[in-house]
Amino acid sequence: MQGLADGYFVIPYTIGNFLANEIRTSSINTSLPEFEQAENEVRDRINKLLSVKGNQSVESFHRRLGKIMWDYCGMSRNADGLSKARKMIQALREEFYRDVFVPGTDKEYNPEVEKALRVADFIELGELMCVDALTRNESCGGHFREEYQEEGGEAKRDDENYAFVSAWQFNGMDSDPILHKEELIFENVELKTRSYK
Amino acid sequence: MKVTLKIWRQSGNDKKGQFVEYKLDNVKKEMSFLEMLDVLNEQLIQKKEQPVAFEHDCREGICGTCNMVINGFPHGPQQGTTTCQLHMRHFKDGDTIWIEPFRAKAFPIIRDLVVDRAAFDRIIQAGGYVSVNTGQAQDANAIPIQKEIVSEAFDAAACIGCGACVAACPNASAMLFVSAKVSHLSMLPQGKVEAKKRAQAMVKQMDEEGFGRCSNVTACEAECPKGISVANIARLNREYLGSVFTSEVNA
Ligand code: SF4
Ligand code: FES
Repeated sequence: MQGLADGYFVIPYTIGNFLANEIRTSSINTSLPEFEQAENEVRDRINKLLSVKGNQSVESFHRRLGKIMWDYCGMSRNADGLSKARKMIQALREEFYRDVFVPGTDKEYNPEVEKALRVADFIELGELMCVDALTRNESCGGHFREEYQEEGGEAKRDDENYAFVSAWQFNGMDSDPILHKEELIFENVELKTRSYK
Repeated sequence: MKVTLKIWRQSGNDKKGQFVEYKLDNVKKEMSFLEMLDVLNEQLIQKKEQPVAFEHDCREGICGTCNMVINGFPHGPQQGTTTCQLHMRHFKDGDTIWIEPFRAKAFPIIRDLVVDRAAFDRIIQAGGYVSVNTGQAQDANAIPIQKEIVSEAFDAAACIGCGACVAACPNASAMLFVSAKVSHLSMLPQGKVEAKKRAQAMVKQMDEEGFGRCSNVTACEAECPKGISVANIARLNREYLGSVFTSEVNA
């Protein structure tokens, strides 16, 4: 027992320093096909955004996306609003790739390129948030589906059907994402309704 | 309110820069200074012009990136705040506002108001850390230390590495920044172990980066958005001198 306990408590404080210089990933070679592929993909994305040469700023798209999310995908949401928001975001995405204006080039310090890439991501993520909220037919935590509430307005959880974490797999921009369920398994506690009353 | 902006535009460190005038007539006094610049950039983009490059991240005074000199003051005329915490209500309708980058040899201009402050990162890499290669951190309460010392170390640790001290200094010295880091670490038990080595390494790196010497002007303290005291510089000098006379050969 003495040996076990000592090892357990002492080793993390002592051996680490000796191993730290041995266990390491040396710098990764950039002339690998995987690196080249990733680099090309990023370059293509940047060129695509720069070549749109439309009329609306990246910022204006960001704000419009924010407004949609605020109106329909806030803490309190419902199926009608979420379906509507999803369509609106899809239309916004189409408009973004048709009419965004990103000034400058990719050969200089250009914060607008950076912002455009980020807003492109936010548009995808915003849509995914709506999809996720739509598929979860219960109220739980920060997700209050107006259709699922108790008489007094408390959140109504559905542990029977939704005791899982949703992990979504990207499946191309124009197809629905694929749902992977990570089941929540409770062995020693039983699920109860949380009440602040 | 209406304002006239005179903004330094420069496309690169080796390019010639100049002030360019812009007029804005839809400024609200509730706007932060950076939001006012956002409005300007939106207008420039509408006209298919290059927006003014400026750095920003947290917009709440903690990241230290929103650096610019406003009407001659790093982070603007308001004391104890960063540019992002400055609001347009501190200006008057019809004001002309001059906006420039931080100027120092060790901070080359990347574009417009954006400068490269990697010199600060290299100073930190030279010694601004406590070497714990791996393993868990000690439980803080297991290390006895006086409250006064903790508070002083904490005050020094408030430095956000913005570089306003360098921009304010006529010698472009980085002493306030380096002294804040050295003080913060050397006052605490965890940092004491490497204190000598650290003071020497950080000062050496500071000199190599081309920052100027300190001549006790103390403009740095006046402009520092975090109120870092020049008392830290005295502490750094003491640490440094002490380390010169007593350090081990291989330190
Ligand atoms: S000492 Fe003050 S002015 Fe200098 S880098 Fe730190 S926070 Fe900025
Ligand atoms: S944007 Fe972070 S301190 Fe101003």
